[in-house]
Amino acid sequence: MNNSFVKWLLRIIVWAIYIALGIGIIVGIILLVRLNGPVFFVQAVLDGIRLGFVYALVALGYTMVYGIVRLINFAHGDVFMVGAFTSFFAITQYKWGFVPAILLSMIVCAFLNIVIERVAYKPLREAPRIAALITAVGVSFFLEYFTALKWVFGANFNTYIRPFEVVVWNIGGVLISNITIVIAAVAISLLLGLQYVVYRTKIGKAMRATALDKPTARLMGINVDATISLTFALGATLAGAAGVLYAIAYPQIWTFMGIMPGLKAFVAAVLGGIGNISGAFVGALLMGSIDVLVVSFVPTGSRLRDLIVFLVLIVVFLIKPAGIFGTTEIEKV
Amino acid sequence: MKRQLWILVVLMVVMSLVLSACAGGGVGTIKIAILVPLSGDVKTFGESTMNGAMMAIEEAKAKGMKIEVVSGDSKCDAQEAANAANKVISQDKVKYIIGEVCSSASIPISLIVNQNKVLQISPTSTNPGVTVNEDGSVKPYTFRACFLDPFQGEVGASLAMELGAKKAAVLFDVGNDYVKDLATYFKAAFEKKGGQVPVYEAYTKDDTDFSAILGKVAVANVDVMYLPDYYPKVNLIAAQAKEKGIKAIMMGGDGWDSPELKLDLLEGCYFSNHYSPDDPRPEVQNFVSAYKAKYGSVPDALATLAYDAANILLQSIKDAGKNDPTVVKDKMAAIQFKGVSGDISFDKNHDPIKKAAIIKIQGGKTTFYKFVAP
Repeated sequence: MNNSFVKWLLRIIVWAIYIALGIGIIVGIILLVRLNGPVFFVQAVLDGIRLGFVYALVALGYTMVYGIVRLINFAHGDVFMVGAFTSFFAITQYKWGFVPAILLSMIVCAFLNIVIERVAYKPLREAPRIAALITAVGVSFFLEYFTALKWVFGANFNTYIRPFEVVVWNIGGVLISNITIVIAAVAISLLLGLQYVVYRTKIGKAMRATALDKPTARLMGINVDATISLTFALGATLAGAAGVLYAIAYPQIWTFMGIMPGLKAFVAAVLGGIGNISGAFVGALLMGSIDVLVVSFVPTGSRLRDLIVFLVLIVVFLIKPAGIFGTTEIEKV
Repeated sequence: MKRQLWILVVLMVVMSLVLSACAGGGVGTIKIAILVPLSGDVKTFGESTMNGAMMAIEEAKAKGMKIEVVSGDSKCDAQEAANAANKVISQDKVKYIIGEVCSSASIPISLIVNQNKVLQISPTSTNPGVTVNEDGSVKPYTFRACFLDPFQGEVGASLAMELGAKKAAVLFDVGNDYVKDLATYFKAAFEKKGGQVPVYEAYTKDDTDFSAILGKVAVANVDVMYLPDYYPKVNLIAAQAKEKGIKAIMMGGDGWDSPELKLDLLEGCYFSNHYSPDDPRPEVQNFVSAYKAKYGSVPDALATLAYDAANILLQSIKDAGKNDPTVVKDKMAAIQFKGVSGDISFDKNHDPIKKAAIIKIQGGKTTFYKFVAP
């Protein structure tokens, strides 16, 4: 009797929070448009979505790897960094164009991630999960400080040379640059490609089977090790592309550049429900928008940006531990 | 016979010891530490500072002074700088420190040197807190060779007014004392002269996405955008400002002075600096040609200030005639020095009294615009 009353009360509280959040967001948007004019608002949302596309490409790598081996690959943000640097060298030293440079970055990152998986994670597959997680943190620091050595990439900030001239169009006061278009086009085509691979090909089927149940997948004749490596490679190609796009949009690179975007993409993956591909995409767009909207509209927002981003993570965990699109599943990480 | 030989040998040894001591001018070997960032985002600052200071030291060595140099990488970081200062004082027994470049690193060093009675001269740290304690009293063992952040912020505001600006945007790194102070004093002086600052936005060191802040700048339609940060951030912000269609004149402080500044993105922009290589005075031209011969490039302001700082230190040691920081510090406080960056004397706060040069970026080159007196 008493117990069911508490449950009922809790349910009401949760629904009240949802409704309050919904109303709050709608009222907030109306207020923002009223206060600053629709042009400024649309501009901010556009900038946010652009950032969100980059986060989405990184978030997908987190979510795919988590889905298949239940590992949060903290080194993913650093693979993103290596992608940016690879294209930097291709563009500045060998004068490559945008398309070959981004393809090279994707290939280099894929190989790098396969090596990381084979060397650092595969031997720990049967070990307690916390061992692999800590190894991932270690790999992340290793990549950051190794690449910061003088004879690798160096510890300095490098100004990234954009491989094409910036063109800006003014559409009713809202400015759209060709960088935004390139980011959106590359991100969307890669996402569609990923969807195709995962849901329409044999390899994708093997990946989904491995994610579901490794021993059974192995009994069905699936090469589980190869499939896992392939998942890491696929995630890394997306991160490599994201690194290039990020560097073009915000042209300054250094070996620690992957930490913040990596963490935010991870938050995005959790927000959408980790292990869920479309969830990660939606989460990332939300994340990017929050990032830019906070700075645009909250007074002294540039200082509060990261505070609010990570507050969102905490709140989402409190209300819906599995994320927006996540399935409830008890996991000990 | 044998005994006489022994006496002769002992006598010769004693004589040679006395003579070698005399060659040092009575001062003996002087140990100087140079603490600058040699890695990280402002390493070119550290390299230039090192070059300038080493040039002054080698010139003094050629004139017979005995100097031993210890160098340390303090990374323009408060913690690293404190560690480096403690190391050179306790392990290397250094009595004089030249450094750091950044105010945020020089302040922790100044606290350590004043406890240990070691003399510090910072070539380029512009924050008031470097030489003055929080209660307003001067730190007896800390000097600087450059002018201050308030002065540079005010020079920026006067220049903006001269260029006919009515509205200005100010963007600054909230975690960096130097950047924050230039921004604060620019805003105060600009508003006092009747200007408006509709956009006054802080960001952090790790920020790369400036689209939201620059969106505000574009909407405010300002005449001048004041970016008192170091060159990597200036390059980054300038690239994104272009994308937002911002036409405002960008202005900054001496943090812009680097060969890595992207001049093509900053055409028609201005920054205040400590010296200009186009200055016709003989001190400047002699220094510039000697530096070019040694390092193959035109000295930047950091190399110049480091050269002046090292020379002020060496001159003060010579004036004191003693390898003792407690005496040298008083000689330094009273010095009248003709330096490359101007005639330098120290006020009661150990700040130099001199002028600022304004540099304009024109035709893809930095050019000398004019001098502004405080």
